[in-house]
Amino acid sequence: MRHAISVLVENKFGVLARIATLFAARGFNIDSLSVGETEDPEVSRMTIIVRGDDRILEQVEKQLNKLVDIIKVLDFKSTRHVERDLALIKVNADKTNRSEILQITSTFRSKIIDVSSDSVIIEITGSEEKIEAFINMLRPFGIKEMSRTGIIAMARG
Amino acid sequence: MIKTGSEIFVECLVREKVDILFGIPGGQLIPIFDKIYGSPLNLVLTRHEQGAAHMADGYARSTGKVGVCIATSGPGATNLVTGLATAYMDSIPMVAFTGQVPTTLIGNDAFQEADITGITRPVTKHNYLVKDVQDLARVIREAFHIASTGRPGPVLVDIPSDVQRASTEFVWPEKVEIRSYKPTYQGHPGQIKKAAQAINESEQPVLYVGGGVITSNASHEILSLAKKADIPVTTTLLAMGAFPPDDELFLGMLGMHGTYYANMAMQNADLIISVGSRFDDRCTGKVSAFAPKAKIVHIDIDPTSISKNIPVHIPVVGDAKLILIEMLKDIKEKTRPAWRSAVSGWKKENPLEYERDNKLRPQYVIETISNITKGNAIVVTEVGQHQMWAAQFYKATKPRTFLSSGGLGTMGFGFPAAIGAQMANPGALVIDISGDGSFQMNLQELATAVLNKVNVKVIILNNHYLGMVRQWQEMFYGKRYSATCLHRTTKCPPECSTPGQKGCPVYVPDFVALAQSYGAVGLRASEKKDVVPVLEKAFSTDNTVVVEFIVEKEENVLPMVPAGAALHEIITKLA
Repeated sequence: MRHAISVLVENKFGVLARIATLFAARGFNIDSLSVGETEDPEVSRMTIIVRGDDRILEQVEKQLNKLVDIIKVLDFKSTRHVERDLALIKVNADKTNRSEILQITSTFRSKIIDVSSDSVIIEITGSEEKIEAFINMLRPFGIKEMSRTGIIAMARG
Repeated sequence: MIKTGSEIFVECLVREKVDILFGIPGGQLIPIFDKIYGSPLNLVLTRHEQGAAHMADGYARSTGKVGVCIATSGPGATNLVTGLATAYMDSIPMVAFTGQVPTTLIGNDAFQEADITGITRPVTKHNYLVKDVQDLARVIREAFHIASTGRPGPVLVDIPSDVQRASTEFVWPEKVEIRSYKPTYQGHPGQIKKAAQAINESEQPVLYVGGGVITSNASHEILSLAKKADIPVTTTLLAMGAFPPDDELFLGMLGMHGTYYANMAMQNADLIISVGSRFDDRCTGKVSAFAPKAKIVHIDIDPTSISKNIPVHIPVVGDAKLILIEMLKDIKEKTRPAWRSAVSGWKKENPLEYERDNKLRPQYVIETISNITKGNAIVVTEVGQHQMWAAQFYKATKPRTFLSSGGLGTMGFGFPAAIGAQMANPGALVIDISGDGSFQMNLQELATAVLNKVNVKVIILNNHYLGMVRQWQEMFYGKRYSATCLHRTTKCPPECSTPGQKGCPVYVPDFVALAQSYGAVGLRASEKKDVVPVLEKAFSTDNTVVVEFIVEKEENVLPMVPAGAALHEIITKLA
C-alpha cells in the first residue's frame, strides 16, 4: 500500500537528516520525499510517500512523532486530499516530430518551457498517474533527461 | 550578566543541580575545563570516555537523576558512542557534552573533528550542535528536560570551542517550552477502564513488568495490583528489584533465560498486562507462537513501543504509576486458586536449579552474594552468562539496585556503571558481577575507582571463556569453540576445544596482581568452601576489591529458550 504522509517540522538544520536516518535505521522505504517552507517560515512541510502495510505505516507515524523536531504528522489515508507532482522532461524533438509532441503536450495541459534544435523541455504538473501516463506517451520519442519534485499533498477544505 | 560560553556551561550545570560529572578533557574542551577548575562541579576524571559514559549511566540508573558525562571532540566523542547507545536502548536519562572544533573549521576535516551529532543521531533521544553562544543556556536546559521526561534517554550537546570562548548576556530560561515535544503522562480514562475490565474478567492473567516501572517509580502500584487481583508477576532483566523476590506471586524473569514457570505462565495466560516493557525478542521468543491465548494490555509511555512487535488489544499510553493509580480504583478484589495452582505446579515441576555438588559453580557464588547481602546491595552486572545467573540467583529487593545493560548488551558496562552508582550512593555496598571477558573491556577504570576511594567490589566469575558464546557453540555449533577460549593465541591449533592440555598458553592476566598494581585489593578462590569467607572479606574491606573466583569452566545457563523457539519450547536440562 502507498501512503502519503505530511510532516510539519521545525525549519532547522539537521532535521532532514534525522528523518532520513530514522527511515534507514528502521528499514522503511521512501518512494518520494519533498521539503519546502510553509506559510510560517520557522516550519517546513515534508511530504513523504511510503510503501507498506498498515502496521508499517503506524510505526512510521509513531516514530516520526517521537523525533523532537517534528511538530505534527498527518496521514492522508482516510482524509480527502489533493496530491500534485511536477516533472520537467527533456525529450528528443526535431522538425519531423515536434508538432506531434506539441499536440500531446497540449492534450495533457502541460507546457513547453524550452526549445532547441533537437529537443524540448516540457513542464507538467498533476497527479502521479497523469504524469506516468504522460511519460509513457513521450517515451517513444526518447526521453533525454527527467527531474521530478516528488509528491506534495494537502487536505481538502 | 555577560558570561562566556564556558561560564554559561558551569552556571547551567550548577542550576540543573549536577553534583557530579564524569569525563576527560581534550584540546577542544580546554575553555570549559578552565571554568570547571575551581567551580562547585565535581568532575570525576576517568581513564576512558566509554568509562565516563557508563559511570553517568550507573549514576542515573541508581538514582533516577540525569547522569552527565563530558568528552572532547573527535575520538573523545566517538568513545562515548557505546555508552550512549547502551543508555538509549535502556531509556536512561543522560546528558553528554562534547567539545567540537571551532565553527569556522567544522566540515574541514580539522584535527580531532568528528560529526558527532551525525554519528550519534540513531543512539540519542535528541542531540544539538550549538553554533551560537546565545543558544547555549536554552539548549542545555532543553537537553536536561528532554533526557529526563517522557521515555528518558541520552541527549548529546556538541559545543565548538569558539562558542565556549564567545560571550553573551546570560539568561536562564525559567521554563522549557518545546512545541514539538510534549510527552503524554495521563492515560486515556476510557482505555484505563477497558484495561481494568479486562483484568476483572480474566481468569489467567500475568503481569509482565519492564524497566518503565522502575523509571516511573511504580513498583508499589504493581504490588498493589498484583495483590488485589491475585496476579502472578514476571519481570524483565531491567525490572529486577521492582517486585519482592520472595513473594509467592513472583515468577522471576521471563524469556530466553527466564524461569520455566514464568514462560509457561505467559504461554498459558488469557491476559498479559505489560507495564513499561517493550516485548523485546529476548522476552517473547518466537513471535508467532507468543502467548497464543492471551489478550494483551500494554501500558507504556512510548507509543512506538505499542504494537511494534506484538499486536496489542488494549493500549494505554502514559506514565505507568499515574495509570496504575487510576486503574486500581476499578480493579475488583479477586482470588484465582485454579490459575495459582497451575503456576505453582510449573514451579514445582522445574524450579531454578543448578548442581549442588562440591564444585565451585558460578551460580553458587551469586546465591551466596544474595544470601550475605540479603538482596540489599546494589548489584551491577556486565554482559554474558554471569549476567543471566545474576538475574536468576540474586534476589534484588528494591528498585534501582539491579543495574544491567539489557537492550544493547554491552560487555564492559558493569564496572564503570558500578563506580557511577557507588559515587551516587556512597554508603551502599556496590557489587559488579562480572566475567573475565567483560571485566577486561573497561578495567582501566580501576585507577578511577582506587584514586577516588570508590570501594566497589568486582566479583569475576572466571571460566577462561567468553562463556555465553561458548555455550551457544556447545549447544548449537557442535562444540566448535571458535575464538571463545581466552587462552587462545594465533599459535594454537586451528581446532581446539580442550584448553588446559599440555602446551596450552598460560592464562593472563593475573587478576590479583592486576588489582594490586592499581592499589586495589585482589582476592582469589577456587574452592567452594572459600566463597563465603572471601566474599565477607571483600565486603568488609575499605577499598576497591577485585575477587576472582575460578569457577566451573563449561557451566551453562539454563533454562534456555533457543533463538527462534517459542517460550514453552524451553530447555531445562541438557541431554
